Amino acid sequence: MTARAELIGASVRLGGRLALDNVSLSLASGEMVGVVGPNGAGKTTLLRALLGLATLAHGAARLGGRSVAGLSGAQRADLAAYMPQERRVAWSLPAWRIAALGAVDRPAGLARAAALESLARLGLADLAERGVLDMSGGERGRVLLARLLITRAPLLVADEPTAGLDPDAQFLALERLRDEAGEGRAVLVTLHDLTLAARTCDRLIVLSGGRILANAPPAAALSPEILAGAFQLEGGLIDTPSGPVLAARRLHPGQA
Amino acid sequence: MKLSRQNLLLLVALLALAALAVGFGETALSGAQYRMALSRPESPPGEILWGLRAPRAAVAALVGAALGLSGAVMQGLLRNPLAEPGVLGVSAGGGLGAALAIAAGLASAPGGVELAALVGALAAGGFVVTAAARFREPETLILMGVALSAFGGALTALVFNFSRSPMTTAEMMAWLMGSVENRDWSDAAWAAPPMLLGLGLCLYARPGLLMMTLGEETAALSGLPMARLRAAAVAGAALLTGAAVAVSGVIGFVGLAAPHLVRAGARNDPAAILAPSALSGAILLVSADLIARVLPTEVELKLGVVTALFGAPLFATIAWRAARSWRG
Repeated sequence: MTARAELIGASVRLGGRLALDNVSLSLASGEMVGVVGPNGAGKTTLLRALLGLATLAHGAARLGGRSVAGLSGAQRADLAAYMPQERRVAWSLPAWRIAALGAVDRPAGLARAAALESLARLGLADLAERGVLDMSGGERGRVLLARLLITRAPLLVADEPTAGLDPDAQFLALERLRDEAGEGRAVLVTLHDLTLAARTCDRLIVLSGGRILANAPPAAALSPEILAGAFQLEGGLIDTPSGPVLAARRLHPGQA
Repeated sequence: MKLSRQNLLLLVALLALAALAVGFGETALSGAQYRMALSRPESPPGEILWGLRAPRAAVAALVGAALGLSGAVMQGLLRNPLAEPGVLGVSAGGGLGAALAIAAGLASAPGGVELAALVGALAAGGFVVTAAARFREPETLILMGVALSAFGGALTALVFNFSRSPMTTAEMMAWLMGSVENRDWSDAAWAAPPMLLGLGLCLYARPGLLMMTLGEETAALSGLPMARLRAAAVAGAALLTGAAVAVSGVIGFVGLAAPHLVRAGARNDPAAILAPSALSGAILLVSADLIARVLPTEVELKLGVVTALFGAPLFATIAWRAARSWRG
């Protein structure tokens, strides 16, 4: 079975330094993969490289087995959909119209129905008519996620889909993305909450300084050694009845 | 396209205003003279109505519609309610082109100044688009526009500085202040084709403007042919502005005010706002010209002066409110 997305020895140079350094990875249909790492580790750059939004200094990026560089805009949209970290929406359109922008390939009526359903699945049924600039940041984030979910791309890429969301909404958002993986799509997300990442992802890619330190199921990827090396944390995952929990403290307390 | 209630109201208002602009003016006409003008257009009163006032109103409406539409397209494309041909320096580019042409003695050559204004506006438009691609922050782009306007103004002042004849200087001043005084049907006739082409390009770009609501990167993976749509929007807006500046000189802030007035009625939709922006732009300029004509000032007010007097405070007001959407 062909990989939904691949990076092969990919490097990206940003302002003279390597933001992504010889990174290789592969994503298959039906799996949900999390990208974690400290600020500036290259998480967003990794997503952008995979989607052809960042220029590669070395290596290759493939979607559905084809080189991203050679894809037209329409072909790329057939292979991947993206929710960037940028949450700025220019105009205060009603939430359902923003969500419906994920379905521009469908007739207006179907797009509207899909948007309303997707908003309801994220707990926003009552806010469907509200202008997105009259919402809190977390609500707007969920509207943008609703747009991502109704695209028909076999690969969903979301950059910090839980940023600014309340705890329940964070679980809900990741649960919905998991549903999509269950339906056979590939899902790639960046996350900061390691407990959440460990509970919801099949596999975690740990980045540090633009390099992959680990690419494994959560228990292995968040081993004490990796937590110390990538995050400067001392501790590990603890199994509890409600799932694994990260118990950790700073490796070098008091230092900046 | 079905006619929304807002568009219908604007259309009716525009027609009523156009009738007013043709009916009223400096020369008071009697009832008999109005009847004569209507039955015999070639009679002297008919000449006043159809040869002087009507083409002037038509040019004002065309220029207003072009500027309003161009402002709405620039705002959608750049995701910024402050974007406007005047603010972004596109109009200043047109003014500089015209001033250079007048200084070079092209004023007597038919179409010489107009063509220079069009080229100047297109060049400035090209610069703005290049800057827009580099800087994502809306504030930066407005500042680039400020810089471009200031530079265009400085170069225009330089042309003034070296101009020897007071006649040439007066001619350039008239251009920069913007007016539709003494425009006839031929002015409307040659400005219309580039404006129509611009309109077509802008209408084609509408789905792209809507998608740009979500920003560059989301749009890039939306499946829409964004490169083509963006190019159409840029070319359309520049053509509209260039043709407007070429026929009337520099008239600022219409592109800012027109979309602002109809945004709520268009439910904040950056694509649905195009038609009402064109209509409200036409209404604004026909009314502004009517005011300039009938105010009993000793020297007639220039149209560009009227729009700037109202437009600059409005710019400040919109900037105040826009901060909300920029906070993310």
